[in-house]
Amino acid sequence: MTGLPERTEKKLGLVIDLDTCVGCHACVTACKGWNDQGYGAPLSDQNPYGADPSGTFLNRVHSYAVQPDEMPAQIINFPRSCLHCEEAPCVTVCPTGASYKRAEDGIVLVNEDACIGCGLCAWACPYGARELDQAAGVMKKCTLCVDRIYNEALPEEDREPACVRTCPTGARHFGDFADPESKVSRLTAEREGFVLMPGMGTKPVNRYLPPRRKDRPEEASLLAPLLDIRAGGLAGWLDRVLGKI
Amino acid sequence: MHPAPSVILFTVLSGAGFGFLALLGVFGASGTAAFFLWGLGYGMAVAGLVSSAFHLGNPRRALLAFTQWRTSWLSREAWASVIALGLFAPQALADWLGFDWGQGFWGQGFWGRGFGIAGAVMAGVTVFASAMIYAQIRAVPRWHHWTVPLVFLAYWATGGVVLAGVAPLALPALCVLGGVLALHWHFGRHAFARAAETMESATGLGRIGAVSVFEQPHTGGNYLLREMIHVVGRKHAERVRMIAMVCSVMLPAMALAWLGGVTGAVLAALTHLLGALAQRWLFFAEAEHVVGLYYGQRGAGVASGSGGRAR
Repeated sequence: MTGLPERTEKKLGLVIDLDTCVGCHACVTACKGWNDQGYGAPLSDQNPYGADPSGTFLNRVHSYAVQPDEMPAQIINFPRSCLHCEEAPCVTVCPTGASYKRAEDGIVLVNEDACIGCGLCAWACPYGARELDQAAGVMKKCTLCVDRIYNEALPEEDREPACVRTCPTGARHFGDFADPESKVSRLTAEREGFVLMPGMGTKPVNRYLPPRRKDRPEEASLLAPLLDIRAGGLAGWLDRVLGKI
Repeated sequence: MHPAPSVILFTVLSGAGFGFLALLGVFGASGTAAFFLWGLGYGMAVAGLVSSAFHLGNPRRALLAFTQWRTSWLSREAWASVIALGLFAPQALADWLGFDWGQGFWGQGFWGRGFGIAGAVMAGVTVFASAMIYAQIRAVPRWHHWTVPLVFLAYWATGGVVLAGVAPLALPALCVLGGVLALHWHFGRHAFARAAETMESATGLGRIGAVSVFEQPHTGGNYLLREMIHVVGRKHAERVRMIAMVCSVMLPAMALAWLGGVTGAVLAALTHLLGALAQRWLFFAEAEHVVGLYYGQRGAGVASGSGGRAR
């Protein structure tokens, strides 16, 4: 039955740091690459080299201009994918039971063998997280790389979603929100992580971290992490010796 | 939302078909006429149900849609439609072949029409479940409203009596339908604004300032744009609303009241179905999904941003 589990043991999900995301789309590509050959039907493209290309993706990166009052506008890159909601409306609307939320870790998945491709779950999702694969006729969505995170054939550092593993700026974090001590829980608490469209009643698990106000360099320099230079090796020795003379 | 012809045909045909079946179930018919009348009702209802399978990605697994009736309105609709069609069957046979137990019409023996009346109730439940498939979706504020099941049920009841050409029942039903449509459109006008979702709440960036699209995430089209960010319908909404009201309510009422007879009844039925198709097209075409906010595609804001190839 496509009822939602009353509670899930873990709440696996992502934290996406809008302060560090540079909008490179590496997560989009890594996601497409991994999910083209892993779990379920490959993510098909239609007319990829023609005049009107389109395809199935589980992750999209938007770019917004945000205009504060009386300050210059700032550009914010915004990756959008499944939020693995606690009250996932995409699960309960499913007529076949193909859509489900796992009781053990809260991941929302599609059993493609039972999907009739009616598209109702995609309608029910406020976030556009689901796309119907035009070749296979089944619904595709983020699996939180369920075939990576528990995969003991992979080196331990690779047992996280492909988008997180590939992100060159470390803007994506994966972990268990049910554990208040996990990295994602702490990041959310420290940086005031927020959910998208809370008014829709979906209770998303994923959190977004707000970007710093880039129009206020006096509060924090954008180069702050790079300015704390500590010389090591020969340069460090020279630094110490010359300092003593 | 994308107005898929298969879904529009399905909801209009099966809605009117189930309405007609319900009327037959309650009031009955006899002899050869019964065969054709019941055949018409079954034909429309079943044709509608079959056409709904055309929008599925994997129609060969359609039977699985019967499994999730506890949570899914689509599954409940599947069950209700099959139960209704099954309940009508013995009544239809009794009417056609003149079985003793099924003799008599409304008022001449209640139990004789037991199957028909039970079928009529389930036909109503089917149409209600169809409507709830849309009304349950919070992400489409125009649909997430109590007037949606009301519109579907009004078309169901009106469709039945208009198809049957029973003027004394059809005229009041048409008046009610007109009122219900006006009410539905009235509430729909500000439904999106009432849902209070904006680009600022969709991105959570409202805490910094006003949000607009700087660059779209992709230059080509995608499923979301094709399926949920349909913008053509809104441009012609006023005109289609007029067509729907004139064709499905006013013309059938005039045909039944002034023309009368077989000509009047046929004209009324045809214009009513035409109007119902227009209304249903609009129902999809002008409904806006909140996902459009991520693409900056919303009402007057359609022109903002680039690259979104919405059709």
